[in-house]
Amino acid sequence: MIKKSILLAAVATVGFAGVAEARDQIRIVGSSTVYPFTTVAAETFGKKTGYPTPVVESTGSGGGLKLFCAGLGVEHPDFTNASRAIKASEIETCASNGVDKITEMKVGYDGIVMANSKAAPVLDLTKEQVFLALAKDVPVDGEWVANPNTKWSDIDPSLPDADIEVLGPPPTSGTRDAFLELVMEPGCESFEACASLDGDAFDARAFTLREDGGFVEAGENDNLIVQKLEANADAVGIFGYSFLDQNLDKIQGAMIDGEAPTFENIASGAYPVSRPLFVYVKVAHMGVIPGMEEFLEEYTSDAAWGPEGYLSDKGLIPMDDAERAQYRDAALNQVDNVNM
Amino acid sequence: MTPPSGSPATATEKMRASLKRRYAAERRFQAYGIVAILLALGMLVTLFATIISTGTSAFVQHTVRLDVTLFPQDIDPDGTRDPAVLRRANYQTTINDALYSLFPEATSRQDRRAVRDLVSSGANFVVRDMVLADPSLVGQRISVRVPLASEFDQVLKGNVDPAVDLGVIREASTSVPWSLPPDERLISETQADYLQQLVRQGEIEGSFNRWFFTNGDSRQPELAGIWGAAVGSFFTLVVTLALSFPIGVAAAVYLEEFAPKNRWTDIIEVNINNLAAVPSIVFGLLGLAVFLQFFGLPRSAPVVGGLVLTLMTLPTIIIASRAALKSVPPSIREAALGVGASKLQTITHHVLPLAMPGMLTGTIIGMAQALGETAPLLMIGMVAFVVDIPGSPLDSATVLPVQIFLWSDSPERGFTERTSAAIMCLLGFLIFMNAAAVLLRKRFERRW
Repeated sequence: MIKKSILLAAVATVGFAGVAEARDQIRIVGSSTVYPFTTVAAETFGKKTGYPTPVVESTGSGGGLKLFCAGLGVEHPDFTNASRAIKASEIETCASNGVDKITEMKVGYDGIVMANSKAAPVLDLTKEQVFLALAKDVPVDGEWVANPNTKWSDIDPSLPDADIEVLGPPPTSGTRDAFLELVMEPGCESFEACASLDGDAFDARAFTLREDGGFVEAGENDNLIVQKLEANADAVGIFGYSFLDQNLDKIQGAMIDGEAPTFENIASGAYPVSRPLFVYVKVAHMGVIPGMEEFLEEYTSDAAWGPEGYLSDKGLIPMDDAERAQYRDAALNQVDNVNM
Repeated sequence: MTPPSGSPATATEKMRASLKRRYAAERRFQAYGIVAILLALGMLVTLFATIISTGTSAFVQHTVRLDVTLFPQDIDPDGTRDPAVLRRANYQTTINDALYSLFPEATSRQDRRAVRDLVSSGANFVVRDMVLADPSLVGQRISVRVPLASEFDQVLKGNVDPAVDLGVIREASTSVPWSLPPDERLISETQADYLQQLVRQGEIEGSFNRWFFTNGDSRQPELAGIWGAAVGSFFTLVVTLALSFPIGVAAAVYLEEFAPKNRWTDIIEVNINNLAAVPSIVFGLLGLAVFLQFFGLPRSAPVVGGLVLTLMTLPTIIIASRAALKSVPPSIREAALGVGASKLQTITHHVLPLAMPGMLTGTIIGMAQALGETAPLLMIGMVAFVVDIPGSPLDSATVLPVQIFLWSDSPERGFTERTSAAIMCLLGFLIFMNAAAVLLRKRFERRW
């Protein structure tokens, strides 16, 4: 009890920047990709336990970590969602603001799909072909030229004779980062002219998308992309698996390297474009903000993130048993697995 | 007398032709105007038609009748009937038992899961709230209507497969006549059979969706409601009104009645007019820097939202109030001064009451703007998932337009209709506020 109040006092002093007041509600910020899953866990936790339901903000992975690392105290969030791992620079920022104990909790996987309208044929693409379709410059006979491909059939005669028109997320999105890293990077590396580059020169070639209308930034609203795909049979969209899952009557996922984006394929790792999702825990807030342990207990229960859990109903691809046990253990014992 | 060159007949003809051209030009000009109006009306009608046609189905929610037995040993083993115990009790088993008894043939683990998924995961809270309202129900067998899970609700509304809805399923003799192949239906073959069975037994019916108006946000579309956001909007607007009206009117009265005409007041006036045109997101950034980071006010709180929206609506109110004060004729002021009233008495007894309708109109329009605003609230954390209904302006809350934004970005199909329904509610409020402004102007405005 005394220990608790000392901790409380410490936290309050560190974070006191005005009229900060007591808070009995958990606050979560971060990635819009993890948001649909964390909110379900938060809602269930609130209804089951009677604690106030945590408030979840969707700020993007980077924005979330910035808020998370800003310090200790009631005005700073307790958890942050991230669709990528925390960076070394962010760990440093965190530590310099007193947030020196962080638990990394992987919660599952998310597939990124390329999908088009049911009215069009199913696309069967390789990463190399996707790179040739979307990069700003592509190597032709070892020389870099502005992307000449306007139709899919220009890349490979087996692909449909339709204009390349891909709708994707804007640069602020974690989905875009993951897509670049998981598809465009290996796609670029499959060319000799690209594999021989390194550092910034490689990034510039691999990660610059075309701006001549072949790739269109369609904003953060994935439902809007689905609507546009429905209206335009030639268009292809890039978004998270859960939007494909909910709209199977309208759109179909493209095969990447011969694997279809199904729940089973993403879970088994056969589908190549999937990424881990994380929740970061501010260990110093445990025991100060009521309900944090119970929230982690709920999130890491098999009823939530297990293969049959309610998070998988929402489109989260579960981890295998060993990984689930590992991260549940880390979360419940407040293991600082980031500063190691 | 020599006749003018050209016979009179040709002159008249020329004049007729030119007149015809001029009439034709006028008719064309009118036609452009009518086309413009028709275009604008057409767009408005399309907008309303899309919103209303997708949104109205959200006001209906399909429910299933369950006979739930509330065994005391499950819910309240000690017989205390303590609300805390009743609140925490596990009602899911009672719901599951009721469901299994409807489908005795479902014995495998997979089939039982399919049966459980039929009803909303919030069904147990419906039962819990009934028990909390009337603890004597414990130990009884009660009949209760619980919401169907959203996927099934959408199927019954015909939103998933245009060939299948409640009526079709009721009439279907053998199995549901899907027009979609199995992998595109959102619900499995087994679940479709269960659904058909329930519909035929008459256990399912669509009724008014009260949850939509009484619940806060939820990630289950069938439980999501706008009440939390509506309360958040209310608190935000109360704070905005309480601050911006007095400040705006005081500023307008000073500038109009007391301030000397010099370069400083000119600069102030130009700046107020410019402020009215500043993009609202800028006020959000200001709010983040000043109210959250400097004063340390809580994130996501309506009080901060109200402060930010005050900054945004102040110029509107000041400009409208000044116009209203200007329109009070000088003769009123002179007459008041002439019979011996002081300057303060002139303003409070005569000028302000006469200008008030105009000021109120400006305020209502400013409030309507504030009600529809999302961008500045993004910066201060009000774009958030908030389930609990806020109890004070300091609690975390969201507002109606933000709720619409959040739902429009949710993958679940059930949120499509709810987004449109929430838009209808927000539009209703806005039309109501604007109508009040028009009415006020019509009733109380005086012309001299």
